[in-house]
Amino acid sequence: MAVEMSSDEGRTALAVDGLRLSFGGLRALDGVSFTAREGSVTSIIGPNGAGKTSLFNTISGFYRPGAGSIRFFDTPVDGLRPPERARLGMARTFQNISLFQGMTVLDNIKLGRHAHMATGVLEALFYLGRARREEMELRREVEERIIDFLEIDHIRNAPVSALSYGLRKRVELARALAMRPRILLLDEPVAGMNREETEDMARFILDVREEWGVTILMVEHDMGMVMDISDHVVVLNFGQVIAKGDPGQVSSNPDVIAAYLGSGEVDDLRARVREAAGAAGGAA
Amino acid sequence: MRIGTAKETYRHDEALFDTPVQRWWLAGLFVAIAAFPFVADAYWIYLGCLVAINIASATGLNILTGFTGLVSLGQAAFMGVGAYIVAWLEINLGTPFFVNLLAGGLGAGLIGILVGIPSLRVKGLYLAIATIAASVILHFVFANWTSVTGGQSGLTMPPATFLGTALDQPDKLYWLIVPVTVLMVLGASNLFRTRIGRAFIAIRDRDISAEVLGIPLLRYKLYSFALSSFYAGVAGGLWAYFFRVVTPESFPLVMSIFFLAAIIVGGMGSILGGILGAAFMTMVPEALKLIVGWLSPWLPDAVALLSPVRTIVFGALIVGFLIFEPRGLAEAWRRLRRFFHLWPFKT
Ligand SMILES: Nc1ncnc2c1ncn2[C@@H]1O[C@H](COP(=O)(O)OP(=O)(O)O)[C@@H](O)[C@H]1O
Ligand SMILES: [Mg+2]
Repeated sequence: MAVEMSSDEGRTALAVDGLRLSFGGLRALDGVSFTAREGSVTSIIGPNGAGKTSLFNTISGFYRPGAGSIRFFDTPVDGLRPPERARLGMARTFQNISLFQGMTVLDNIKLGRHAHMATGVLEALFYLGRARREEMELRREVEERIIDFLEIDHIRNAPVSALSYGLRKRVELARALAMRPRILLLDEPVAGMNREETEDMARFILDVREEWGVTILMVEHDMGMVMDISDHVVVLNFGQVIAKGDPGQVSSNPDVIAAYLGSGEVDDLRARVREAAGAAGGAA
Repeated sequence: MRIGTAKETYRHDEALFDTPVQRWWLAGLFVAIAAFPFVADAYWIYLGCLVAINIASATGLNILTGFTGLVSLGQAAFMGVGAYIVAWLEINLGTPFFVNLLAGGLGAGLIGILVGIPSLRVKGLYLAIATIAASVILHFVFANWTSVTGGQSGLTMPPATFLGTALDQPDKLYWLIVPVTVLMVLGASNLFRTRIGRAFIAIRDRDISAEVLGIPLLRYKLYSFALSSFYAGVAGGLWAYFFRVVTPESFPLVMSIFFLAAIIVGGMGSILGGILGAAFMTMVPEALKLIVGWLSPWLPDAVALLSPVRTIVFGALIVGFLIFEPRGLAEAWRRLRRFFHLWPFKT
């Protein structure tokens, strides 16, 4: 059913195959399969409760699926714990931002690099040799590659608790970038943002893909944004994939329209799709 | 050019004491610490040593409870482990004090790791209770492993010696206790400039997302337990050299509560807080003694009241700080500094 891309489109970054996950009697994921191509923006959409966050939690290793497998650049990650998956280059942001409130923006971002550093406890106590070298290197890279890039210079020393919602989302993205990601899992990156913040975030996501060559897997409700920036869309409903393909194919799929009917989002969806299609046509 | 300047800026920014003013203050502080035994009388030197020992132990507890968010009521028992190891080595092997202190710290650190193992599953109040249980067990061992610990009567040990000089008086021990404490406090400050310290804070703030960042929770909780009880062990060793008698009653549960109170009053999750809190809480009973002394002409029973009053004052301080200054003396100090920074302008 789904249109698979031709072979010259690059490697598969993430391959999810037949994933099943139950909470008690509830099937949160029911045989979910899809792939994300390296360097693409792949969006997961679906009504509330469809299982999108559960899917992310399974991919990043919090939930053990009842069946199915996950491959990340040819490495099967099924047996790996979340920290090990992080070390392989899986980074994510959360639907409910999960920054560390007691720390500054800078320290939050630095935390992203944790798994790629080697300083041990003894070196840390004396702050000599490797500890000092690693910390200075990290600081420089965070300043030059991440803070500048995401335009958050002015808040680097602010405590996270003092920031607006939009800025927090951006800091969370910054922290994910510090993880040297090969794939970024973004759970509703623009939820609760105004138009301007949303456009900024969409631009950052595309720039990240462009400059860092990172594959993006994103859950998002903002259909305008999804249709604008995705190469590939996977539609989830009641834990099952009901459609996948490029944005145009998906938005005209009757199953997708039906899935959104009950949720009252369908008019919005139609309007956004028309809008997006118009914009894409104009640009092309 | 620009890059060069930027690099300099980072280095400054990453330094422990980043402004010249701070460095002058620090230098002044070191001079004051070094000059102290020459100007103070025996009582104040005695008090200075006690404050330093308590700072070392409170700083350790702050790493575990203040920075990693794992509440422990085992700090006194871990000090006991260090004290017994140091006393035993000094009596039976006569090894140099730095070897003994290191052994005391490592021994306590190992026990700390054992006690910390449940911390992956058990949190908050339950973890605190688990550490109380561990304290009770350790107390039992201190009291009953007679061949090693001397049972109820404990161990009486010779003084530490340095180049043939016996460090048997506070004014000599000062030069052992204070430098060791300074080293330990600097070490703890360094820790929080690196990935290890950041990982601790991340675990305290939100342990699930710490895991997504690649921080293995159990390993880091155990690091924190190990460090914290290493600090307690060394502090307990210093305590042993200071009092030279170690008994099962030397490290009661209320002493653990004392250290918890010290970091609450000083400021959890702040190195300065641990220092201020330990100093303050050590001085409070002394101040009370002084007040009781003044009152005795009018209140003949004042001395008998001392002990209950002390307990009440401790309790009131904890509650008072939790309610009115939950971030402790360290925060009050920061406010004061801001005030004088801006003075005479409006704060
Ligand atoms: N930890 C959990 N325990 C029990 N049920 C859960 C849990 N997490 C999610 N669910 C249920 O699984 C379904 C999918 O939830 P979720 O993945 O959060 O959906 P989405 O992110 O698509 O809105 C929902 O019915 C939700 O109530
Ligand atoms: Mg969700």
